[in-house]
Amino acid sequence: MIKLQQVNKWYGEHHVLKDVNLEVARGEVVVVCGPSGSGKSTLIRTINRLEAIGNGKILVDGDDVHAKSTNINRLRQKIGFVFQQFNLFPHMSVLDNVLYAPVNILKQPRAQATELARTLLERVGLADKVKAFPGNLSGGQQQRVAIARALALKPPVMLFDEPTSALDPEMVGEVLQVMKSLAKDGMTMVCVTHEMGFARDVCDRVIFMDGGVILESATPAEFFSAPKTPRAQRFLADVIGH
Amino acid sequence: MLEILQDFWLQLLIGQYPKGPLGGVVMTLILAVCGLLASLPLAVLLAIARVSPYRWVSRSAAVFVNCVRGMPLLMLIFWSYFVLPKLTGFSLSGFWTLLVALVIYESAYLSEVVRSGIEALPRGQIEASRSLGVGYWTTMRKVVLPQALFNVLPSMTSQFVSTIKETSLGYVISVNELTFAANQVNNMLLTKPLQVFGLLALIYFIVCFSLSRALRSLEWRVRRARAMV
Repeated sequence: MIKLQQVNKWYGEHHVLKDVNLEVARGEVVVVCGPSGSGKSTLIRTINRLEAIGNGKILVDGDDVHAKSTNINRLRQKIGFVFQQFNLFPHMSVLDNVLYAPVNILKQPRAQATELARTLLERVGLADKVKAFPGNLSGGQQQRVAIARALALKPPVMLFDEPTSALDPEMVGEVLQVMKSLAKDGMTMVCVTHEMGFARDVCDRVIFMDGGVILESATPAEFFSAPKTPRAQRFLADVIGH
Repeated sequence: MLEILQDFWLQLLIGQYPKGPLGGVVMTLILAVCGLLASLPLAVLLAIARVSPYRWVSRSAAVFVNCVRGMPLLMLIFWSYFVLPKLTGFSLSGFWTLLVALVIYESAYLSEVVRSGIEALPRGQIEASRSLGVGYWTTMRKVVLPQALFNVLPSMTSQFVSTIKETSLGYVISVNELTFAANQVNNMLLTKPLQVFGLLALIYFIVCFSLSRALRSLEWRVRRARAMV
């Protein structure tokens, strides 16, 4: 479903992604973790071309993401993206945020799209917030709306870039719950997250990155019980140890 | 002052109309409204050009804005008055000359205000829209501009108010607007310039202040509706 081949990226002199190879199968849930500055956010942002790459190749559903000939807008419709900072549109109601893509891209009539939007909002537990504005919602609620918005075009792939890092601790659970149910329904997911509980319980594979390099790729059971590299051992000790 | 107002209110309001050309407050308002209605869309286009990823587009817009900002409005009015007829081959009325100059001038200034609004918008807003597969122009129209224009409403208000006052420069090319009417009244009375121009100041103030208040209340109503307070 997603395939990264020898991906390299530089910010000026700084080599942020080094020969990254990664393959994510349909329906697979992959968690990417690692210390800050390890390139994991950059990595996930290259998958829908929010970031350009230096060289290498990224395929999503068979399409070359970074090729000039690719219709990136059409490809992005197949890739839902959830941001750390939610990035809801503050000038639109919750419903309009979710309707935004169906109405503006698929040119669906509002009435028809509204039905789907309500179903999605119900799914993330916010059916009663349809008319609210983002400014009225808590961080957890905003992030759930953002997930509903990303799901509005029924993408087969969802990317999560630290979806719970900007949340108060008591709101992390409600967002993870939604992600968990997506995973259960067979969504292909790549999640950059520090939520090791989520990684352990939900994902199929953990990717550990440091310094722009993928150091480990293992099942959660393997990764948490016996990390191979010292760097991952240290990371796990720091994250889980306290 | 009250007597002056009693005797000359009609002239201050509409000039010599219907016996002569329309003027006074009404003309000032027509000029200001037309000026704003024409310059705002131009300013938005200029601002979009200035943030364009294509260098030649942003450069051209920057050159235009900097040139216009580098000249006094009065000079621009004279220039339109004397040069435009020579360039175009037909003579423009004072009204149109002033309007053209105002629109050129205001669109340059307003575009900088709009640009600041566009650039101040968090990058994530654009990314959110683009990541859904929505194109550049739709993103601009539905996400960037509605927020950017609203956020710079206070600065735009200042610019709008300036425009109203700048219509008074039409006086130098004999456009029949409020200042022109007041001067006519002054010439008739001869002995009361202080009162006449005091009245003029008051009328400008009322018009400008009403506009600021109206936009301010609009802003607050929107803010409340969007739960931004």
